[in-house]
Amino acid sequence: MAKYLLLKHYRGAPAAVNDVPMSQWTPEEISAHVQYMRDFAARLEGTGEFVDGQALAPEGTFVRYDGAGRPPVTDGPFAETKDLIAGWMVIDVDSYERAVELAGELSAAPGAGGKPIHEWLELRPFLSEPPTITE
Amino acid sequence: MDEALLRSLTPSVLGVLVRRGIDFAAAEDAVQDALVEAVRVWPADPPRDPKGWLVTVAWRRFLDTARADAARRRREAVVDEEPTPEPAPTVDDTLQLYFLCAHPSLTPSSAVALTLRAVGGLTTRQIAQAYLVPEATMAQRISRAKRTVSGVRFDRPGDMATVLRVLYLVFNEGYSGDVDLAAEAIRLTRQLAAAIDHPEVAGLLALMLLHHARRTARTRPDGSLVPLAEQDRRRWDTRSIAEGVEILQAALARDQLGEFQAQAAIAALHADAPRAAETDWVQIVEWYDELARLTDSPVVRLNRAVALGEADGPRAGLTALAALDEALPRYAAVAAYLHERDGDVATAARLYAEAAQQAPNLAERDHLTRQAARLNALRRR
Repeated sequence: MAKYLLLKHYRGAPAAVNDVPMSQWTPEEISAHVQYMRDFAARLEGTGEFVDGQALAPEGTFVRYDGAGRPPVTDGPFAETKDLIAGWMVIDVDSYERAVELAGELSAAPGAGGKPIHEWLELRPFLSEPPTITE
Repeated sequence: MDEALLRSLTPSVLGVLVRRGIDFAAAEDAVQDALVEAVRVWPADPPRDPKGWLVTVAWRRFLDTARADAARRRREAVVDEEPTPEPAPTVDDTLQLYFLCAHPSLTPSSAVALTLRAVGGLTTRQIAQAYLVPEATMAQRISRAKRTVSGVRFDRPGDMATVLRVLYLVFNEGYSGDVDLAAEAIRLTRQLAAAIDHPEVAGLLALMLLHHARRTARTRPDGSLVPLAEQDRRRWDTRSIAEGVEILQAALARDQLGEFQAQAAIAALHADAPRAAETDWVQIVEWYDELARLTDSPVVRLNRAVALGEADGPRAGLTALAALDEALPRYAAVAAYLHERDGDVATAARLYAEAAQQAPNLAERDHLTRQAARLNALRRR
């Protein structure tokens, strides 16, 4: 089994095919989208492939150490940050092919007009523990 | 097996052990072991005296651990096999436990975890699941909390305000995982109300019951939120409401108003209206005035602006809102609501979309996005 992170971006990914902001959809289209996401996660729990899913607030702050005895420096939020992560899902699957297949399904979630969003999701493999048997 | 009975015995069993002179952290571990043992043994062999059984098993666990520790240190065990007779356990033990577990030296998250385990009798695993953190993390949080309060004397009166805040936090966490935290908070507050006659304890219990009554009406089957005005009031739990109102009235009669009683009074006025349109908003505004006087909280003033918008019209609400800081959580959502009531659909749609961006949870975000979508659809017509 291998774990993969599916990353959804607010910004930074190539534009989706059906690229209409959610506040411009109809309430029914929003309901259909939310239901699709729920069903997807529930199905992966059913197959034993779901690990975690979380959504993030759009705004964040950069923080760094500023020397002993000083409070950390903070910067942001930056309205124009290029890459902005919206949330993630972690899956535990048997192969890379399966991970791609699932990411593709998630990207087909319905959007405006009830049509698939064709949203670009970023698929990132987890670095795993070293194997017990090495020779 | 009656898990509710088992859990309700937790604080008094722990109280007995602490009265015998065992330090709190060790006593709490022993009680937790006894609870786990009870879950294993009771279904096949229920004891005649459940509390006595738990005390005996916890005491033996403590002795075993103490002996093992002593042996490891190659020292003589100093613990007597037979416990010294303890004073008869009183309600007071339970009360002191609440104070200890919500001690002001603890962070809110630690106080919550310790209260759920030592007073509520939940296992570390259940608490971890409820708060979506790894079990090892929760175990550490609890043992650090126990270390923090280890020097606290068990015989001093505690701080009721922190106890109530902890119970309020547990209630607000609602439902996640396999533990119903809202129901657990009600159980613990009920138990506290039985141990001490205090109008704010009663106020908090009433507040919880009145909000819990609306629970099934608050969400649709798909998980989306239903605003108060649109809830199907026939689905409100009338028994829970009646109990909450009765407790609140008795508390208010004592004439020692506090924030929880005032919040419960507002919830009771909502519960009292057969239809949303019949809500007594004028009285609700008055209660928000009381609440603002008691707490001076900007969040209260924000809610008051909503109530004022209902009582005196959206313009009055918007005027009250203009005096508040725009950075307040849910400010944009309130502004959107009042602008829509005022007939300014374009501004309301923009503000709902903005509010969705700032929403603190997914259910609210989806709800606010839907509101924006609804108004944008209206405008396209």
